[in-house]
This record gives sequence, structure tokens and C-alpha cells, in this order.
Amino acid sequence: MNYQFNWSVLWSGQSGGWLLHGLLLTLAISVLAWVLAAVLGIVSGAMRTVPWKPLRVIATFYVEFFRNVPLLVWMFFWYFGVPPLLPRVVQDWLFNHSAEFWAGMFALGVYHGARMSEIIRAGILSIPRTQFEAAVAMGLTTFQVYRLIIVPIALRLIVPPATNDSLNLLKNSSVALTISVAELTFQARQVETYTAKAIEALTAGTVIYLVLCLGIAAIMTRVERRFAIPGLIARGG
Amino acid sequence: MLDFGVVVANFKFLIVQGLFGVGSFGGGTLRLAIPAIVLGFSIGVFVGLARLARARWISVPATLYVEFIRGVPLVMVIFWIWFIIPQLLKLPIPEYGVALTAFVIFEAAYFGEIVRAGIQSVPRGQVEAATAVGLTFAQTMRFVVLPQAIRNMVPALVTQMIVLFKDTSLASIIGYVDLTKAAQIVNNREIKPFELYLFIAVVYFIFTYSMSLFARRFERRLAS
Repeated sequence: MNYQFNWSVLWSGQSGGWLLHGLLLTLAISVLAWVLAAVLGIVSGAMRTVPWKPLRVIATFYVEFFRNVPLLVWMFFWYFGVPPLLPRVVQDWLFNHSAEFWAGMFALGVYHGARMSEIIRAGILSIPRTQFEAAVAMGLTTFQVYRLIIVPIALRLIVPPATNDSLNLLKNSSVALTISVAELTFQARQVETYTAKAIEALTAGTVIYLVLCLGIAAIMTRVERRFAIPGLIARGG
Repeated sequence: MLDFGVVVANFKFLIVQGLFGVGSFGGGTLRLAIPAIVLGFSIGVFVGLARLARARWISVPATLYVEFIRGVPLVMVIFWIWFIIPQLLKLPIPEYGVALTAFVIFEAAYFGEIVRAGIQSVPRGQVEAATAVGLTFAQTMRFVVLPQAIRNMVPALVTQMIVLFKDTSLASIIGYVDLTKAAQIVNNREIKPFELYLFIAVVYFIFTYSMSLFARRFERRLAS
């Protein structure tokens, strides 16, 4: 293999700027999708444990259908399939305000919301039932029990698996390149196209992902220790 | 406004070509997913064993490989293989080869982690007893540890197989004609994205959900 390495393509010309924009877009789409996933995950995860069947059925349907279909299919569905069915005004607004970004963000958030829901449900189910009973005995309504007791405890229990899936969300944001969201992988390919230096371009993208993922994982190990409930998780303290 | 007739009209192309890979395009989701699962798991067993090896020259590279792969998106790995292999071998590789290589390299790391956790779930005393009876390391693994470990691993393994099955849709990015690409091809002609993508979502769902039902039943049988 006689490949001529030329690492300077990464900082000469526009490459550096492209990669930086890609990184920022990856972070933007991931953060927004993460917020959506967290809200959907907490609501549907809690719904799956309530003592009222219709709510459980709706939440179960959402979780099973959305997490068992490839993210790529959801990207195409939300980007190509749904907008034509929306009212004219909304369509116009979307296509003047980077529809691909919103569709990608929505696909990513709804997909990971279903996965987050499973994690939160597992967290809620691991809370002793007596907590629930004690709260009801104190006179709280079911909604108050969830809002004040169950969900806050569950959130502290699930920090490690939730971190893991949040990193999956960050990595999965690369799938948005298929609907031409110019995120990090997209930009790394663009650098490759313009400079014909595949190894350098892909290395740059790969290193950025690695730094992001390992960095977040390192920070979260500390956060995890801080939020661990003493006596409940062996690793805490 | 919605017209699911488009699905009926193209049913044969979507299923026979896209799902099974029989037709002029080659391709096929199952033709990619099944070998990827078999190879990914087989290599994953060695990766898992290597991570637990006492010799550092085996365990350190295995750990680095797993940590590296787990920090990188699959799309990135697919592009790596797509650009690098033709450079190395100096010959064009069909999309099938690129996709299969990328999936095996990527998934072997995840399967390796599951195997490692499974092996670690077997009590140490078992290994010591096997050694005391006079079994070699390979025999201990083959007859004592792995049979128990694999039983503990089944739920996580099936979950990972579901993930891999869904991930094969990403092979369409490099032009491999799987179910997703087949839907794209039909959509380019028919412009019925809502119906077509919803239909393939249901097809994927049927496969992945039956896999997860199997895993759940197996888990219940183990518990009882």
C-alpha cells in the first residue's frame, strides 16, 4: 500500500471549519433529541407502571413499536413520509427552517425515548413497593406519588444505564447524515470528497467521536457516584 | 390521500428482493443479517475470552479494540471499511463484502462484552473444581464454563441480535439493496414515502418483536 499521508489537509483550507460545524451540529441535534427522549422516556416509563391498564397499553405500544424498528427507517419516515401530510403552513415553515434537522432530531428523540422508557421502567420497578404504599398512606394522589417520590428516586437509580444510552444517542446522531443533516460524519465525508484523503478525514471524525464519548463517560462516572443513593448501589460512595 | 395499494403493487420487490435478497440486485436484509450474527458472535466469543486472558499482550489489545469500537458510530466504521479495504487490497469490494466486514468488526466488540459478562457470572469455584479434576484450560472452558455462561448470556445476546438486525439497514448507505434501500428505490418511482416506510417499519417490527418475545420466554423458563 503506497498511500501518501497528508495530514495538513485537516487544517488547511475549509476542512477545519467544516469539521467544527459538524461537531457543533452533532452536539445540537443530540442535546435537543436527548431532552425529547428524556421527557418521552420519563412519561412513558412511568405510564408503564401505573395501576391503570389503558395508560400501560398506550405506553407499551409506543415503546415496543419505536425501539424495534431501525432508526434509519424512522429518519426516512419523519423526513420524507410525514411532512407532506402536514398543513401547508407548517410544511412551508419547516422547509424554510432546515426540515432535515427537525425531522432528524425528532426521529432520534422519539426512538431513544422508547429505549429510555425501558430503562426508567426498570428503575421504577426496582424501587420497593412499600415506598409507593407509604406515599399513598400519607394521602398523596397517584400523580403526586410519581412526581414527588417514584420518579426522583428512579432517576437517581438509572444514571449508569441512562448514560450508556445517551452515548448511544450521540453516536446514532450520525445516522442523520442520510437525510443530509451536515453533522460530524457528514462533514468528515465532505472533507474526504474535497481532499481525496480518506484516512485523514475519517481519522479526524473518529477521534472527535472517541474524545466526546470517552470524555462524557469519564464525567458521568463522577456524577454517578454523586447521585448514587447510599446503601442501594454497591458502587456508590 | 393515503394509498396503501403501492405496498401491494410492490410487495414482491420489497420482500423477495429487499428482505430475502433474491433478484437482480443481490442484496437482502436476511442475507446480510444472518451471516453477520453468526460471524459476529463467533468472533465475539474469542474477543470476550481474550479480554479475560491473564496474559496482558492478549487482554490489553482486546480491551483497546472493544473500547475503541464502542466509542465510534457504526456509520463511521462502515465508511472506514468502505474506503480502506479497496486501498489495502487494491481491488474493488462489492457492497456485500464491505457491509458484512463492517458489521462483523463492529458487533464482535459488543458480543465480546456480553460473553465476558457471561463468563464472569460463572462462579470461580467451578473453574477451580474443573482444574482440580485435571481438565486443561481449553477443556474447562469448553465443558464447564461456556455451557453455563452461554445460558446466562441468552437474553443479552438476543437483544444484541435485534440491534444488529436493525443496524443492517445502515448498509443501504453504501448502496447495498436491503429492505430499506428497496423501499427507497420504490419510493423514487412512486413517491409514497409515508406508506412505504411505514410498511417496512412493520416488517422490521415483526422480526425484531418475535425475537424479543422468544428472549422473554427463554428468560422465564430459566427463572422457573
